[in-house]
Amino acid sequence: MIVMLMRRILLGFITVCLVSIIIFSGIEMLPGDACTQYLGEYQADKELLEQCRKDLDLNRPAHERFREWAGGAMTGDLGMAVDGKTKISTIVGDRVKNSLLLAFCAMLVGIPLALILGIITGLWRDRMPDLVISTLAIFAMTIPEFVSATLLILVFSIWLGWLPGIVLTSASAPISEFFPEILLPVIVLSLVMCAHIMRMVRSSVIDVMSSDYVQMATLKGVPYWQMVFRHALPNALLPAINVVALTIAWLLGGVVVIEVVFNYPGLGRLMIDAISDRDLPVVQSIALIVASIYVCVNLAADLLTMLANPKLRTVYTRK
Amino acid sequence: MNTSSFIDIQNLSVGYTSRSQKIIKVLRDVSLTINRGESVGLVGESGSGKSTLALAAMGYFKRGLRALNGSVHFNNINMLGLDHDELQKIRGGNLALIPQNSGQSLTPTLRIGRQIAEALRLHSGLDQTAFDDRIIEILSQVRLPNPAALINRYPHELSGGQQQRVAIAMALAGQPDALLLDEPTTGLDVTTQAHILELLRDLARDRNMAMLYVSHDLGAISRVCDNVVVMYAGEVVLTGSSRQTLLAPKHPYAHGLLTSIPRLKQKELPVALDGRPPMPGETITGCAFADRCALADDQCRTASPPLTRLESAESIRCFHHDKIDQLTTSSQRVKQRKAARKGTGETTLGLEDLAITYAKSGFLTQFLSNSPPPPATVDNININIEKGETLGLVGESGSGKSTILKTIAGLISPKNGGIILNQDTKLTAKVEDRPSMNLRQIQMIFQNPDDSLNPRHTVAQILAQPLRLYFQLSGKDLHDRSVKLLEQVRLGEHYLSRLPSQLSGGEKQRVAIARAFAAEPEIVLCDEVTSALDVSVQAAVLDLLNVLKKERGTTYIFVSHDLAVVKAISDRVAVLYQGRLCEIGPSDAVYQAPFHPYTDVLLGAVLEPDPDTAPTLSADDVVELSPPAKGCPFQRRCPKKLGEICENQTPPAQISNQGHVIHCHIPLKELH
Repeated sequence: MIVMLMRRILLGFITVCLVSIIIFSGIEMLPGDACTQYLGEYQADKELLEQCRKDLDLNRPAHERFREWAGGAMTGDLGMAVDGKTKISTIVGDRVKNSLLLAFCAMLVGIPLALILGIITGLWRDRMPDLVISTLAIFAMTIPEFVSATLLILVFSIWLGWLPGIVLTSASAPISEFFPEILLPVIVLSLVMCAHIMRMVRSSVIDVMSSDYVQMATLKGVPYWQMVFRHALPNALLPAINVVALTIAWLLGGVVVIEVVFNYPGLGRLMIDAISDRDLPVVQSIALIVASIYVCVNLAADLLTMLANPKLRTVYTRK
Repeated sequence: MNTSSFIDIQNLSVGYTSRSQKIIKVLRDVSLTINRGESVGLVGESGSGKSTLALAAMGYFKRGLRALNGSVHFNNINMLGLDHDELQKIRGGNLALIPQNSGQSLTPTLRIGRQIAEALRLHSGLDQTAFDDRIIEILSQVRLPNPAALINRYPHELSGGQQQRVAIAMALAGQPDALLLDEPTTGLDVTTQAHILELLRDLARDRNMAMLYVSHDLGAISRVCDNVVVMYAGEVVLTGSSRQTLLAPKHPYAHGLLTSIPRLKQKELPVALDGRPPMPGETITGCAFADRCALADDQCRTASPPLTRLESAESIRCFHHDKIDQLTTSSQRVKQRKAARKGTGETTLGLEDLAITYAKSGFLTQFLSNSPPPPATVDNININIEKGETLGLVGESGSGKSTILKTIAGLISPKNGGIILNQDTKLTAKVEDRPSMNLRQIQMIFQNPDDSLNPRHTVAQILAQPLRLYFQLSGKDLHDRSVKLLEQVRLGEHYLSRLPSQLSGGEKQRVAIARAFAAEPEIVLCDEVTSALDVSVQAAVLDLLNVLKKERGTTYIFVSHDLAVVKAISDRVAVLYQGRLCEIGPSDAVYQAPFHPYTDVLLGAVLEPDPDTAPTLSADDVVELSPPAKGCPFQRRCPKKLGEICENQTPPAQISNQGHVIHCHIPLKELH
């Protein structure tokens, strides 16, 4: 168990290192650098360019700068944005907080809803509740987010006027100020993620309900709902953990389209802005953060699966 | 209402509505009665409806199935008229089921203790505080070692035999008056099976339970049951006492079933029952068995025979039950003799000092755990296989027999030792590194054709692969060759366009055999090729392998856990325990004294379909996870263990005669 845990953490760490090397060298390979961007048309002035590169420390060899950047990133210091004045950690910090808030709210609504709907459709397979919910889920999955987002804005903020259709709060505002503006993006995100998880849970419930042990439980005289909760669901929900983890990672990594539609100040929009501003140090940092989030969430999901599944648990403890 | 019988099923028909809105019957007009303290065996091929009938006794039907007419009474309660609440009280309480595959019938996320406690809570009326003691009591009643520790185990941490015992314990928790057993020992090792059957016999006697024992294994039925009901195509065709039906069956189907069983004392191959049973929904005019019956005449094909009660208290559905003696005496089929090996003396495959291990020693694992590596899974195997010879490998699960096959096939790399083909070629360890020539020479047939045939390929595509690969055949040549191969496995040309799902189990295995022979191999590896098949089909497959061997002089390595099957087909037999060789020799010599103590235990546990024989259980059925580090592999279970010598020294190879070798410290004279 400990061996396995250490192996996974080591692998995760190596993944993040590799990702950071790829990001760093990718950006190095791009034509031009932060100074040519920053100076714009003034870059023709060789002296100014030299001065800028000296200021930003760009003259040293790439591997030295990488070592410094990576060392800083590990202690939480991501360096300076291209303007040379703002610390990247402050800009990104606010955005991470906002993305977390959005993701957390969407999870809070979406995951329980998905599980409940998945169980209902699985248990009432091929009957009315299943047909209605499954059809709706396919709609939710196939309609692009920007379409459903726009539709919801049209209905809830323009026609009915119940909810604000756009987020106007600044990135650094405290959490409480994001309500109720955050509600519409949360609804759209929950719909999309809910559909994916639900379909997965549905097929898993159907599988388990036709298993030998469920039949055995019935023939042991276990009442239906007790059978469902005690024998079927713990097994049916195991495979859902990984799908949920992927969805969470997707949420945390910045949901670019939704953030742009609702003008939400999250990581995704910062990324888009940084790319269009050619603020390469910021792009680099965001990529690193997103990669780390993916690794961590997946590690957590694997651990959870292992704890919840007695079979895996003994396999690893025995080794 | 019949008040005398405990379980009383009358004229029950069960069916489902097909997509074309036709009602398809799985059970047709079946009647069955079981009294208190009586045990009835329910026999038939797969698809005969025996499991459906057993579940119907609990008022339970699988998804889609329903009772069309008839009645089911248990203890004078109408099981078909009860609502869910009332059924729940009876199921698992008075009337309990012991399922076929306990490994899959125990909920994987619940500890053993909790699953049994659930049954106690539902059916015993005991106080919560008394549960633990009661669970331990039941677990020791089913002879499980260390019950207090078992309570906290999960099902997957137990062996197959232990899981089956837990399932029995769970049934006992409800203090049942009747037990329904759905193939409870299928898939277990012979020794485990024998132990479980003895346990069931004792329990039934002590508690005066009624038992309905569903099985295709007539040996198990003969050990446990007083009476036997034989089913065919959803109908009861014969009922009678075990003695009557198993020793002198009066129905041609039961007769055929019995002759298709390989037996230890028999020198010939078993006689196969030709044809296949009708599928549910097929129109049957006359007797359902007529197409496969040697006694069938025009009457059988036009009129359906009624179930008639004979003076001997047997009931039988056959017009010609009085002519059954003709079948025995004037049977037109000459029993197939085992094809004699052509003693060329030429070694075709040599296994030299073969050792195989599954334990992977990753860098990190070695770094973090400093325990010594476990002993190899298979060790010290030296066998030379002659050209045209059939070598049988027997042993319980975990004996390494399949592992050896996979290593020869190149699917697993040996830890050390070599595999020598035709005395000159040392085979490369990995199959992907072997030259095409060697790949062609060694072919494998797998246990389950459902898994080994690609479900999306037609039979033509399946056969074309080896023909294209090894012989570059195409067009008409390819077609002709495929047809010829199908003929050799006794299938017609029209099978070429079929998909595996459109074939019966036996037909699928024939296609798998044809595919192996398409490569014109010198050596064919057979991995439990008949274990997934019905006995009647098994006999046909054995017969086919035997004919092919005669025609082509192919060498087989035949792996099976069934000692009688191995005896029927093999020239030489090797007995393995924990990946080590116990005994090897000509099959007649291995199945005769002197025995290795392990062979003796195995043979003692074999159940013959004869109520007069009883198994001898000389060793317990503990499952060992890894072989001992030194000494004799069988030391921990051996009933004849001498003492320290067995624990410390590798047993010597004692040669008795004609190449019969026994690895044991006990002198040969004492091994009788």
